[in-house]
Amino acid sequence: MSRTEQQGRRVFLKKTATAAAVAIAPGVMLHALPAAAAPRVEAVSGKIRWGMLIDASKCADGCSDCVTACDKENGLDLVDMPAGAEEALWERQRPRWIRQVKLKDNLSGKITNLPMMCQHCEKPPCVDVCPTGASFRRADGIVMVDRHICIGCRYCMMACPYKARSFIHAEVAEKLTHTPRGKGCVESCNLCVHRLDNGESTTACQDACKHQAIVFGDLNDPESAVSRALKKYPSVQIRADLKLNTGIRYSNV
Amino acid sequence: MIRNRSIMLFLAGAMLGLAIGPGNAFAGEAVEGTAKADKLEQCVEPTPVMRRNHFEFIKHQRDLTVHQGIRGSKHSLAGCIDCHARKDASGKAVPVNAQGQFCAGCHEYVAASLDCFSCHSAVPGEK
Amino acid sequence: MKKIHFSEWGIDSPRYWGMLAVLGSIVAIAGGAVYYMEHNGHWVTGMTNQVVWGIPHVFAIFLIVAASGALNIASIGTAFGKKAYKPLGRLSALLAITLLAGGLAVLVLDLGQPGRLLVAMTHYNFKSIFAWNIYLYTGFFAIVAVYIWFMMDRRMKAWYKPIGIFAFVWRLLLTTGTGSIFGFLVARQGYDAAILAPMFVIMSFAYGLAVYLLVLMFAFKADGRELGATLLKRLKNLLGVFVAAVLYFTLVYHLANLYGTENHAYEAFILKDGGIYTLLFWGGWVLVGGLIPLGIIYHPGLGNTRGGIVAAATLVILGGFATVYVIVIGGQAFPMAMFPGKTIIASGFFDGVNGQPMLYAPSLPEFLLGLGGVALVLLLTFIGIRMLRFLPATLSDEVADPHHAKP
Repeated sequence: MSRTEQQGRRVFLKKTATAAAVAIAPGVMLHALPAAAAPRVEAVSGKIRWGMLIDASKCADGCSDCVTACDKENGLDLVDMPAGAEEALWERQRPRWIRQVKLKDNLSGKITNLPMMCQHCEKPPCVDVCPTGASFRRADGIVMVDRHICIGCRYCMMACPYKARSFIHAEVAEKLTHTPRGKGCVESCNLCVHRLDNGESTTACQDACKHQAIVFGDLNDPESAVSRALKKYPSVQIRADLKLNTGIRYSNV
Repeated sequence: MIRNRSIMLFLAGAMLGLAIGPGNAFAGEAVEGTAKADKLEQCVEPTPVMRRNHFEFIKHQRDLTVHQGIRGSKHSLAGCIDCHARKDASGKAVPVNAQGQFCAGCHEYVAASLDCFSCHSAVPGEK
Repeated sequence: MKKIHFSEWGIDSPRYWGMLAVLGSIVAIAGGAVYYMEHNGHWVTGMTNQVVWGIPHVFAIFLIVAASGALNIASIGTAFGKKAYKPLGRLSALLAITLLAGGLAVLVLDLGQPGRLLVAMTHYNFKSIFAWNIYLYTGFFAIVAVYIWFMMDRRMKAWYKPIGIFAFVWRLLLTTGTGSIFGFLVARQGYDAAILAPMFVIMSFAYGLAVYLLVLMFAFKADGRELGATLLKRLKNLLGVFVAAVLYFTLVYHLANLYGTENHAYEAFILKDGGIYTLLFWGGWVLVGGLIPLGIIYHPGLGNTRGGIVAAATLVILGGFATVYVIVIGGQAFPMAMFPGKTIIASGFFDGVNGQPMLYAPSLPEFLLGLGGVALVLLLTFIGIRMLRFLPATLSDEVADPHHAKP
């Protein structure tokens, strides 16, 4: 295949992908492997910034599909309660990456449901405070923990304004290859980084949301579904007062 | 240097013994010859290089993977496990850190701690 | 004022070894608790994903804060040239080192990965106040060790004052760093206040001096050394000033919070309906750690008795633990304000549903770890004063008080 042909093919692919996204957007992104799905061989760059728009008006009361999907995708369902642990205490110690929150407006009484997770800040307080640099922001905007150098001091958990992080309180017998996990380190939502690095373009929570409340994509690409949705609908950042420029935005909160 | 070399030779011998010794008591239920690596000529690098430098390779790779997202390169812990884990009689993978298995066999012998698997899975990944 | 002689602690061997054995066993029990917690993981503690720092951190922070405060006595003698304090300097510097060692031991042994201490020494994120503190703490050990050397070695007399001033500046930085661990946290309502740094400095003055007073009085009484009433009066008056200053900072901290409506919920939690935290604030921080010791210190009768001084110093320490508990645990127990104007009525991750505080119940092993830190401090101090000449042979007014009228 000649170079021009290759380019032509790439443009064609991009066009069809955009067309497909427009046709079902906003909200719907099918979990499908792109044509060129393969593990990443080049370093991620700042050209992409991954992010989400969550439409709270679509998030259904009592639904926890995103939580279940996240637990399964990232092996959180494999974290067993240690023998002899007290259940009520263990519930407060077990890890969670995404959680369902139900809010009531103090004035109007309006009820809102939304999922909360790591907000993938551009200026993450957890990264600022980490003494070893284990808590870091990847070039493509994903805030994550390098478990190899995490000493388990939990200062990031003190610093996170979203209470997004979990400490692993017990030995983990079974773990997934793509989500290593062990006693004594801190972790949180990484936007299904293993999927993105393997050429996929969706997160587990997004795929699981049958109400299409979650739109995920590249915030730097004006043509991405998430950028278009952000342009079209009003949205907010949680704790916008801190000016952290979060990668996760919400509408209709 | 000479001393170093003789240790390496000894190690190599020990590994060979583990790999082909019939009915190795350590191997438990793992069935000999069931690892993918058993059918291959050579690892991602020549065997002496791997024996000496495997930790450097995966340590370097771990930083590339975690911080830069590179998962498609030749050195990877997941790759080691995928290729070197044996199967038991029922076809189930045996953890590479189980007693006498690929990683543990040597690490126990030289009393070098094997920390990878307190976080990493020791059996081939779900595909 | 006469020349001061220093000598090793001269208590009977059985008594000395008996004390070491008791303290050693407490440290050993704490070691067992650490093994138990590290072997199982933090699920055996009361700490959770909501209250991530617990009792070990309360002990560690108290001891670290007291460490820098204990050095004050030496600083007053060296940096500020007060003659009466000079003989007190050696013990002051020793206590600074042992208190810091005890505090850091507790802090490090509570890490999720204590075996990775080397990682903390080789990987630095210089925006982290924690990383700065690693330098401040290790630097403190080195500087104070040299300080002790120069105090004890006549040949180094020329450098005695410069190192004293340097150590004083360093200790101010150190406590500023400790206070900033909380002061720089924007996420939580109870923190995120610059006043926390100077408040920690003033807290260190009070706690460090209280610890110093108790150790000095005990060590002197144990081997029959004389401690002059005038000197003791100076020290207890100084304690009174420091305790009053802590109350002043407490007042300003809460007044500043009360002025801004956004902090009203937090203030109501600490001052009014926070249960254990409210109790510890008023009962521990203000009453036991502040008003009662002040009353004793400035009471014309009580304040001049040794029993009164011991009681005041003990209360300051107990109140100090309550203070650190309210700051560290209370600050985490109050739910984070993620959604202003809304109430969280259900959550899958304990987000303070209906404004309920986060639960924390300390477990025994955590508590034992903290106690082990305290025992380690005393153990190291007693070994230190037994082995080397830290204690002046006498501190009778005649010897130690520069204004003592010759009879």
